[in-house]
Amino acid sequence: MNIRDSYIAQVVLRRFRANSFAMGGLAVVALLFLVSWLAPWITPCGPGDLDLSHVLMPPSAAHWFGTDDLGRDVFTRVVYGARVSLKVGFVAVGIATIIGTIIGLISGYFAGWTDSVMMRLVDLMLCFPTFFLILTVITILEPSIWYIMAIIGLTGWMGVARLVRAEVLSLKERDFVLAARALGASVPRVIFRHILPNALSPVLVSATIGVAGAILTESALSFLGIGVPPPTPSWGNILTGGKDYIEFAWWLTFFPGLAITATVLAYYLVGEGIRDALDPRLHR
Amino acid sequence: MDYSCTDLSTLNSELFMIRYLAKRLLMMIPLLVGITIITFGVIHLAPGEPVEMQIAMNPKVTAEARERLRKFYGLDRPLHVQYLTWVTRLARLDFGRSFAPDNRPVIDKVRERLPVTLSLNLIELILVFGLAVPIGVLAAVRRDTVYDKGTTLFVFLGFAVPTFWLALLLMYLFGVKLGWIPISGLHSLGYKTHGFWWQLWDLARHLVLPISVATFGGLAGLSRYMRSSMLEVIGQDYIVTARAKGLPERVVVWRHALRNALLPVITLLGLSIPGLIGGSVIFETIFAIPGMGQLFYGGVMARDYPLVMGILVIGAALTLVGNLLADLGYALADPRIRAGSEGGGSR
Repeated sequence: MNIRDSYIAQVVLRRFRANSFAMGGLAVVALLFLVSWLAPWITPCGPGDLDLSHVLMPPSAAHWFGTDDLGRDVFTRVVYGARVSLKVGFVAVGIATIIGTIIGLISGYFAGWTDSVMMRLVDLMLCFPTFFLILTVITILEPSIWYIMAIIGLTGWMGVARLVRAEVLSLKERDFVLAARALGASVPRVIFRHILPNALSPVLVSATIGVAGAILTESALSFLGIGVPPPTPSWGNILTGGKDYIEFAWWLTFFPGLAITATVLAYYLVGEGIRDALDPRLHR
Repeated sequence: MDYSCTDLSTLNSELFMIRYLAKRLLMMIPLLVGITIITFGVIHLAPGEPVEMQIAMNPKVTAEARERLRKFYGLDRPLHVQYLTWVTRLARLDFGRSFAPDNRPVIDKVRERLPVTLSLNLIELILVFGLAVPIGVLAAVRRDTVYDKGTTLFVFLGFAVPTFWLALLLMYLFGVKLGWIPISGLHSLGYKTHGFWWQLWDLARHLVLPISVATFGGLAGLSRYMRSSMLEVIGQDYIVTARAKGLPERVVVWRHALRNALLPVITLLGLSIPGLIGGSVIFETIFAIPGMGQLFYGGVMARDYPLVMGILVIGAALTLVGNLLADLGYALADPRIRAGSEGGGSR
């Protein structure tokens, strides 16, 4: 079993490495983490430092991405914005993944009416235009980065729940699970020790792509003026702050948008890469 | 068709469809109730005395409107009574009146905005479908070629680009810099004085940017789905058989394989409705299109609770109907479900 597992892991890894898109995406994601970790050392000033004598300067050697209407360095703000956007992506997806996994596990394992009730809840949540729900809650609760992460997570768990449930339904009839139950393993032990580890790969794929979606949602909220509140820089609110100046200061809008696109694309490619690498049907 | 031997199965399948439809309609009732509970709950999320505190803090709500709201929702009564009162009114399609100065019934406001959003989304959906299906099929047939990789990157890019950002850049480029197309609204000033064809041309010029941006953004999901669905079908025995019979590759791919690969896509269309409605907020805001998304955004920002609750319920109910239609379409299209008996239908 172990030799076979490590063989499969090797195959998956090899297929992922052979996928140039996925590796490119991984490189961008790694660069992003590095940049946001090293932010204080690679930026010329703080993200909130004003310089009213250099307002709306085009990109130059001193200001790579130019300056904004308050003379703040756009490059610095985009780098610090990476921290915020990544945080939003991870926390939101973390919440969605935990809720979705728990509901999927319970639903798939216990079946019967528990399953029916939970799956109707999933159907119900899927009916709502998620963005409408997010907008409503954020405006009722006042915009804050924590509410935004929480509400993106709370409205994004349904897909994970369905995935996990489907995995559990097939896993729980497999020999090793039946054997564990026959040997008297408790229900939590069967679920968490035997079923969950084997159900994780589709969750990994959906979480990776979910990070991309959460970053996009945050930027859309910021665009509507109810995202991460300024002065904290997020890619969405830098872009929004610059949209009124687009006719004479394109760099204010262009660079944060480019950062969002590159990041979301990278996460998506990595996610698809993992999916393809794991897909048994694509074996050759 | 050979009626002598299909009469029975046709009758059977009609009975099946009726029973299926009835079952689906019954299943919608608890979901509708759930929709109203979630909508009601979300509005009462605010800490403290829910709706009342919000309006007390909000200077945009006039004293008169506050009084009206108190009466309409029976705010002095317990929560479950408030909910029941509200739901009873909903059942009669009474969504209350908007807090906005015009004080019009919510249902009227929605009714004039909904067709705009629905028709734009329909055009987008048709374009996405028309482009994504061939893109996905060709990517599957020419798997791992430059075409496959190129279209993959292209559709992913469409997903990754924030739509409002792309829209802003294109508006600036084509609308402001080059001055080729108008950048907001649906009509030019004074369009009513012109003839029908001029009006149509004017509308098309206004729509070209929002529709292209929306379509580009929507390609990824469907084309990738089509690609993997097609890859799966191509490996099946009946495709091998079709090839072995010596059928031209064109017929094998576009007739035999596509028909089967398309089936699951019908369900996907139903599932995409809430996303489309949700996305309309961004599009309608940026392009100043008077649709549901713009109405909702305005309502949310002005704390117009009757309007917000009304649109949430209507939006979710529309999704329910869309899903029902998709499932019915699926049942009609799939002979395995349609026939409901042995013999597999009339072909």
